Amino acid sequence: MRRPRHWLLYGYCLYLLLPLYWLLNMALRSNSDIVSRLEVIPANPTVANFAEIFTNPVWYQAFANSLSYVVLNTIISLVVALPAAYTFSRYRFLGDKHLFFWLLTNRMAPPAVFLLPFFQLYSAIGLFDTPLAVALAHCLFTVPLAVWILEGFMSAVPTSLDEMARIDGHRLAYFFFRILLPMIRGGIGVTVFFCFMFSWVELLLARTLTASSAKPIVVVMTRTVSASGLDWGVLAAAGVLTILPGLAVVWFVRRHLAKGFAMGRV
Amino acid sequence: MLPVVLVVAFSAVIPLMTVVNYSLQDIFDPETPLFVGFEWYRETLRDPRFMAALVRQLGFSAAVLAIEVPLGILIARSLPREGRLAPVFLVVIAVPLLIPWNVVGTIWQIFARPDIGLLGASIAKLGLEFNYTSSVVDAWITLLLMDVWHWTSLVALLVYAGLASIQAPYYQAAELDGASRWQVFRYVELPRLRSVLVIAVLLRLMDSFMIYTEPFVLTGGGPGNATTFLSQHLTIMAVGQFDLGPAAAFSVLYFLLIVLMCWLFYSSVMREDEQ
Repeated sequence: MRRPRHWLLYGYCLYLLLPLYWLLNMALRSNSDIVSRLEVIPANPTVANFAEIFTNPVWYQAFANSLSYVVLNTIISLVVALPAAYTFSRYRFLGDKHLFFWLLTNRMAPPAVFLLPFFQLYSAIGLFDTPLAVALAHCLFTVPLAVWILEGFMSAVPTSLDEMARIDGHRLAYFFFRILLPMIRGGIGVTVFFCFMFSWVELLLARTLTASSAKPIVVVMTRTVSASGLDWGVLAAAGVLTILPGLAVVWFVRRHLAKGFAMGRV
Repeated sequence: MLPVVLVVAFSAVIPLMTVVNYSLQDIFDPETPLFVGFEWYRETLRDPRFMAALVRQLGFSAAVLAIEVPLGILIARSLPREGRLAPVFLVVIAVPLLIPWNVVGTIWQIFARPDIGLLGASIAKLGLEFNYTSSVVDAWITLLLMDVWHWTSLVALLVYAGLASIQAPYYQAAELDGASRWQVFRYVELPRLRSVLVIAVLLRLMDSFMIYTEPFVLTGGGPGNATTFLSQHLTIMAVGQFDLGPAAAFSVLYFLLIVLMCWLFYSSVMREDEQ
């Protein structure tokens, strides 16, 4: 019916993959190799860069820190967004539209604006330099997004189901956990994808809210750049490793991905 | 309802109030703030560096939208709907969205460097002068290439999802009428993609306006100030120089500007809808 334009798609994928290939290429070469000559295919591939990351506590602890605040953030976002999304999708109340829009404006807030107050707030209550601080700060943009996506999925579930459950004598909690949540599994998966995506990729807030003990991987990467005269190979290897969790998540939700994007609406 | 309001209040309202508070005061030491009214706002608006960053920011966002939205639509239209390759293409396209932003900067740094980068070295082989750390034009080209690489996927995935919801009979009817490919796009697909495109443009507008990490890693705002956008400028003011008052006034203006632009765009689209 419609002939897809293959050359464009393949060209674009090549454009996406080439820089990634180059990153992997660098990760597999020693630093002196990288600086001295250009090799499209590594002549003496080495895993020394990866070994460096897995044996140096600065690197692997940073990975653990990053993963812990991303997971915390995803859990917090889901826990607070699920009831809110249900309320927005089922009840009409005074100012509901305004409240919904207000939640979305938080998505529009530049993180740079919140830098200073976050820093002071979390220092004041003793959360500074903990994964929890970063997780809470990232809620700024993951919670509105989660509410937005989940509301779309819940609104697609007919309200007659709510009533049937009530007539059957089930309490709201039973309906919510046993009937509604399993029905919007895909939506929850997509929400996790988005929370993960925005929390994992963020640097500015994560950098400002941590000092030493909770330092995330992205920060360690920028500090190696400024400090010890640049080891491109290790940097590239760390880059490769930061891509892997994202790949895993996107692979799990690939079937729901298109549907999840379709649910977004203003 | 209550938990969400609490968390958002904690992570958004309290900090925002602090910012507004700072923006109206002169703080030498935290004990003795001095109320200065709108002085910082006046100062910020007269500051040539703010204006220059704003102009660069507007240019960057306009360029990003002009490239990414049409390209995203083209990519989405050429993506296969089914078959074994369809999920593979989807995953490849989604990958740039899941890479930490500073890693995106790093990837392009090592890709575009004239000494060790594949792209930079290839261009140098062609005999062209290309150095994004010294030439303003090259820095902008690299930044735009990077942003297109990073974010076109978002537009493509949104449009792909929108296209998937158009039912086959529309296409069959268009085919019976002998519509050309352009006509199919213009009269069948575009009207049904409207709401998805509104979201795509809004998201790209907001996010390109907040860009910080990638240029920070790639060019550090240079050469000179050529790629210093609003977020960089603000971060330098707030964290680097610790000018709390002016930085806070800047923040409030910045935030209001984004909300205003999104609101104008959104309401003008909605008004057209009603007509």
